[in-house]
Amino acid sequence: MPNYDGGGRMAEGRLVAIVLSCVVAFSACQVADDRASAPTTYGLGTPATPAEIAALNADASPSGEGLPKGSGDATRGSALYVAQCASCHGAKGEGTPGNPPNPPLVGREPREGFPFGNDPKLVRTVGNYWPEATTLFDYIKRAMPLTAPGVLTDDEVYSLTAYLLVANEILPAGATLDSASLVAVKMPAKGRFVPDNRRGGAEVK
Amino acid sequence: MFPLEVTQLSTRFDPAEPQQPEPGPDADITRREALEGLAGTVGAVIVATMPVAAIAQATTTQVAAAPSVMPARLMGTPTSAVGTRSPFSVPGARTPTGALAGSSLTPLQSLSGTITPADLHFERHHAGVPAIDPATHHLVIHGLVDRPLSLTVDEIRRFPQVTRVHFVECSGNGRAAWLNPAPDMTPQRTDGLTSNSEWTGVPLATLFREAGAQRDATWFLAEGADACLMTRSIPMEKALDDALVVWAQNGEPLRPEQGFPLRLLLPGWEGNTNVKWLRRLELGTQPWMTRWETSKYTDPLKDGTARIFSFVLDAKSIITSPSVPSRLTGQGWRPVSGVAWSGRGRITRVEVSADNGATWHDAELQGTALPKAHTRFSMMWNWSGESAVLLSRATDETGYVQPTRKALLEARGAGTDYHNNAIRGWRVEPDGGVFFHWET
Repeated sequence: MPNYDGGGRMAEGRLVAIVLSCVVAFSACQVADDRASAPTTYGLGTPATPAEIAALNADASPSGEGLPKGSGDATRGSALYVAQCASCHGAKGEGTPGNPPNPPLVGREPREGFPFGNDPKLVRTVGNYWPEATTLFDYIKRAMPLTAPGVLTDDEVYSLTAYLLVANEILPAGATLDSASLVAVKMPAKGRFVPDNRRGGAEVK
Repeated sequence: MFPLEVTQLSTRFDPAEPQQPEPGPDADITRREALEGLAGTVGAVIVATMPVAAIAQATTTQVAAAPSVMPARLMGTPTSAVGTRSPFSVPGARTPTGALAGSSLTPLQSLSGTITPADLHFERHHAGVPAIDPATHHLVIHGLVDRPLSLTVDEIRRFPQVTRVHFVECSGNGRAAWLNPAPDMTPQRTDGLTSNSEWTGVPLATLFREAGAQRDATWFLAEGADACLMTRSIPMEKALDDALVVWAQNGEPLRPEQGFPLRLLLPGWEGNTNVKWLRRLELGTQPWMTRWETSKYTDPLKDGTARIFSFVLDAKSIITSPSVPSRLTGQGWRPVSGVAWSGRGRITRVEVSADNGATWHDAELQGTALPKAHTRFSMMWNWSGESAVLLSRATDETGYVQPTRKALLEARGAGTDYHNNAIRGWRVEPDGGVFFHWET
């Protein structure tokens, strides 16, 4: 996993920035003679309980953090795809027209290089453009199917993820997936993404 | 109803009958005094626009003539709870409509000034507009914090408040004009995925302080409460800079399409990061690599890489008048007007060319150019009736100058279809026809 923040962990200078920022936020509202007694917190809100957080916190990151227990396989995923996905994404993951179009999911062309910057007509898919496999699990669980997200069990999401990775020739036929094996998947587009390298000023980049 | 009002008005203004003033603040003003005062006003307006030599005669004539030419008028409609636009006005409308998980665009060519009416702010949503009861909505802040917090909307409104004017622009704004430009494109179709509002909310830094954000936190995840639970990873630097959690837009609660009851507002950053229907903020040390920041909203470059987390929107401008679908109806002076904006800060200069970029002229920036906000520019132009190409070019306070399409192609490649901020404009034909012009 590349270090996308470019600067590593928070430096001392950033802590100073936090403090200054908070002082500014405070000074906007404190009555003039009360700045010295500004509270550390306003005491608003209630503690978020572990149960409350767990009910919301379902994100999966490339490290595997947040991936649930359970497993699935591409065979079951294939049947689920037909039932839940094919009506929009096409029988073979080729996508269908719509407003906006329902995006294609399957495709490895071009096999060499990463020429998307030169040709806007190249179709971007899970197989040729997605840098992280965990994104697939996270997105299916979070957002799909479009009209009823949330209906799939974790095992079903693992199965659909496995099916799409097989369809994109990233995993072998019949592959199974759980959290550990999903984190281990290396996507073809891995390493192609670079954090914003514009440097400001007059440069057009 | 209307005939009755006509009768009442005829009676009231019948010169043959003395007017009986109704009780009230003006009850001691006689009808004669009122008529004389009105005539005097009419005369003054005319005087102000006439040569000095004609003043005496005009004043005398108008004072004498005004009462006899004044027609009876219909009384207007009574007060109402919520106003509506004039049936004679053409405010424009968002288009296209009906997209379940798509966008509708702001009619830039129909708007004046800088503030976008809230009901014309562009839409982009990924799973429809949710209906959220603010009484039950919570914002949860957790992860690398000392005090995980659950905040109601009312509690969030008790923090120190700020009100700021900022644009929100989808990073896909200009994508259609980049990929499939066409002469009949309007400003709405080329650039209607930007809108500008006055937002009221609380600095995100204040909320993170309340929750006890830890030093290790370098990224946070923002999650919406729409059906797809849309998520974006945001560097902590933005939270400590100018990020807000807002609940109001142009003086009223957020519209549902804009995130009611709460949205993240990241001034100058691509629209998708301004997560609507905000329900959760998780602090961590790495980006989550969500679908919206990897598969979408990344910029493939000609060097075989793709730029990721390209949040800041570079300077851009668009002439909104004249533009498609208007038609010039005659030679002579008219304003060339439009909006300019930059995600890096203030607009400092907008130049306009009427000869396809051969010569450029500084336009007037109207009002105060606010940072990361639409700025209205205008320049008077005397159309000779010949073919012309009108272009605008914005410069921001960092020295960045809006590039040509050719320069963007050279810098990024044809496949970089997000973040199209190329110079664009309008070709005017001798018959007054106006067409989108994109070859710059």
